Amino acid sequence: MISIQNLYKQFGDKEVLKNINTKFEDGKVNLIIGRSGSGKTVLLKCIIGLLKPTAGHVLFDQRDFHSFPGHVQNELKMEMGVVFQGSALFDSLTIEENVMFPLDLLTKKSYQEKQERANYCLQRVDLENTNKLYPSELSGGMKKRAAIARAISSNPKYLFCDEPNSGLDPKTSIMIDELLYSITHEFNITTIINTHDLNTVITIGETISYIQDGILEWKGTKDEVLISDHDKLNDFIYAQPLTQKMRGFVK
Amino acid sequence: MIKKGLILLGEYFIFLGKVFAKPIKWKLFFKKLIDEMYNMGVGSLPIVLIVAVVMGAVVTLQTGLQIESNWVPKWTVGFTARTSIIMEFCPTIISLLLIGNLGSRITAEIGGMRVTEQIDALDVMGINSSSFLVLPKIVALLIVNPTLIILSMFCALLGGYFVSLTSTVVAPYDYIDGITSFFRMYDVYYSLIKTFVFAFVIGSVASFYGYKIEGGALELGKASTNAVVTSSFIVLILNLVITQIML
Repeated sequence: MISIQNLYKQFGDKEVLKNINTKFEDGKVNLIIGRSGSGKTVLLKCIIGLLKPTAGHVLFDQRDFHSFPGHVQNELKMEMGVVFQGSALFDSLTIEENVMFPLDLLTKKSYQEKQERANYCLQRVDLENTNKLYPSELSGGMKKRAAIARAISSNPKYLFCDEPNSGLDPKTSIMIDELLYSITHEFNITTIINTHDLNTVITIGETISYIQDGILEWKGTKDEVLISDHDKLNDFIYAQPLTQKMRGFVK
Repeated sequence: MIKKGLILLGEYFIFLGKVFAKPIKWKLFFKKLIDEMYNMGVGSLPIVLIVAVVMGAVVTLQTGLQIESNWVPKWTVGFTARTSIIMEFCPTIISLLLIGNLGSRITAEIGGMRVTEQIDALDVMGINSSSFLVLPKIVALLIVNPTLIILSMFCALLGGYFVSLTSTVVAPYDYIDGITSFFRMYDVYYSLIKTFVFAFVIGSVASFYGYKIEGGALELGKASTNAVVTSSFIVLILNLVITQIML
């Protein structure tokens, strides 16, 4: 379980995260939702160690991540897989090399073992025939899937995704959502996804944390999110004309 | 302004502290080193050699035109041209050329990785991204820069020889006599020490500016320009300092 306790993050005078307290459950898809600029990415970066919180704790199974020295943090990072908003695949490497990269650096497996694992991961995300292609030769959705393959190649305990659907068409978004959901349950990973995609929220959000202006405003599940009485959450969920029509139907 | 400069200098030394860490895997380090040496060395070879030949020709021509006196022996043209080429023109001018060619490329490459979150991806894997990306580049430059500059010295002297063949400022025999007279190995050592220092400056400053980019494509362009300007300035100042110390 990942537990966030009294987390604050400040940039200069600007307080971006204010007293965040929440838990992300094991083996489930945990969503962090909110408007652009609400602090979702900063929270995710604090969790994965790219940013140091101004105050507070991030506990991975009771292990206080930010209290550890660098080399212990690095060991803990080996238990994480991260899918970045822009995929962050290495341009100079082929897709297969990208997926093998964490294994090259962090394991002592033979080349054949690494290749087998890379092939398995690529197969799992339906990218069997892309081994020798470079990231620039893939579409946006394929890049996202390749990034997921790289993230799961080292068999992580925790998977983090920063807006995995951004810039994708609705059908590809659904495919990515389904993939993340099935991977989470197949490998019993604790997954945290940053998103503002409503479809993701209502289809795969097993736990949902809503953030606004750096404050955790609401927490619930996909079944509760549409019928909540929380005004700020409803302003976010029912912001579009289509969802406003849907609201009457839901009620 | 001074405070900003000092903060930048502090950030640079902290960055260097992270760069000079033990590589996570030596095998990967050497693979990257070979790739970098190949890309930097082979990529820069044509332009360096062309510039060296032209530079050598111009230096010889200018020297010959300045020393048109019956009181000065003819071999002085070759001697003066060789000394200027070995001690000053090749190490400094070629290093300035490499700042424009390799320095800006290094900044753009590392900055591009920063902008597209590839550096973040390395960091979350528990890898020291500064060491992983920058150390092979600096070591490659420390090998490639002196090699290119030694080659450029030969080409510049060859350029001078072409001038002696095609003009009347100095006869080929006098030119050969000049470039082989009073040769001091110390001049080459002095020159090589400069190239090592300049190589380190080119690699580390360009990487630093690329690594610390925050933002997007606009910042990438600015960072490349800043890296080239700062590296050139530091190289020229260090040239003066090293010359004062060694000569």
